[in-house]
Amino acid sequence: MCATCGCGDSEKVTVTNLQSGAEERLGRSMSAGGDQPEHHHHDHEDDHGHTHGAADHSHAHDGAHHHHHDHPHPHLHHHEHDDHPHAMEEAGRVTALVQIHGETVDLERAVLAKNDRLAERNRAWFEGREILALNLVSSPGAGKTSLLERTIRDLKDEMPISVIEGDQQTLHDALRIKAAGAPAVQVNTGTGCHLEADMIRRGVEQLRPAFGAVLMIENVGNLVCPALFDLGEKTKVVVLSVTEGEDKPLKYPHMFRAADLMIVSKIDLAPHVDFDIARCEALAREVNPNITSIRLSARSGEGMQDWYAWLRAARLATALDAAQ
Amino acid sequence: MHEMGITQSIVAIVAEQAAGRKVRRVTLEVGKLAAIMPDAIRFCFDVVAQGSALDGAALDIIEIPGRARCLECGAEIALGEIFGHCACGSHRLERLAGEELNIKSMELEVL
Repeated sequence: MCATCGCGDSEKVTVTNLQSGAEERLGRSMSAGGDQPEHHHHDHEDDHGHTHGAADHSHAHDGAHHHHHDHPHPHLHHHEHDDHPHAMEEAGRVTALVQIHGETVDLERAVLAKNDRLAERNRAWFEGREILALNLVSSPGAGKTSLLERTIRDLKDEMPISVIEGDQQTLHDALRIKAAGAPAVQVNTGTGCHLEADMIRRGVEQLRPAFGAVLMIENVGNLVCPALFDLGEKTKVVVLSVTEGEDKPLKYPHMFRAADLMIVSKIDLAPHVDFDIARCEALAREVNPNITSIRLSARSGEGMQDWYAWLRAARLATALDAAQ
Repeated sequence: MHEMGITQSIVAIVAEQAAGRKVRRVTLEVGKLAAIMPDAIRFCFDVVAQGSALDGAALDIIEIPGRARCLECGAEIALGEIFGHCACGSHRLERLAGEELNIKSMELEVL
């Protein structure tokens, strides 16, 4: 069990539909699992090739040339055998040399490939329906849910908004979203520190967002782990409140690097804190020169129009992309 | 942070590929900019591997240094952090290497 965020194998992920009250339990989605028959096939073929390779010494009888070519190989193996203690000292690079002890199989597999594949499937599903999916990330307490509540109240007659809420525990946030007037699904990750693409797929199955809708995915409050897990969103939106440190972009560069938009929230509190907004924005641009910044307060309403203008433009871009 | 879950994925993928055979060694490629701590993976690996086909397997981690190309002057530079700037002053960098998180190979016990 990870001491910091507690990603564990026994975690129970649940998806709760606030409209129907139905609760679904999921297994962990990151592990390889047995649900990819196409990969089983492919990998067996790979293994096959390797086994043949190993047997080539005795089987290379399809021509004299081949015989000659094959001959140096056993020599090479002997040589490696002599070298072996040396090779072992240079750990890491030498796996290819230790075939005498075992059969080395090249895998070349990206560890996050399964999540990335599921995320691409989500992305295609969103694009086909002209849905603007945004992955909202921040530290706990930066004001993601308050921002969504206000946005839903102000824009629900202009654009359909659906919300997937991610938290380790409780239905609190999804209930707040529902009260604000938008359909919501709560994903409880148990001990998990981030949402994964499979959880979004399940959430979307429950929500069935309308054609052209905005899907707000409120990730688990955490500036580290969610940066690694693509959910199929159009972009990440990172929320940073003025009650936090202005140097967070430097402290958590992966997240600020992965986001297209930074929202500096709670600016109604700015006069009472030492947060230098301009410096924060400069640091964010150092990490990510292309990041856009919007300053707002969901409480006072200041700056909300800038956010709505950004949302309208992003929604229009989604529709234009689909038209092409 | 997330290394426990990632290690579980690694063990699951390798065990599946091994198709019942015992795994003696796993080689990973981890980029130095990948937000993954090799030591945390090593720490988790033995625990996660217990009782699986990878029980007792050695873990080699090849760390890949960060490299980027400057989009202004075209120079290729080393990156120690996920962001940085070129000697010419530009922050516009295209990252070339350092974000890998791959299972490179596994070594299986000969039958």
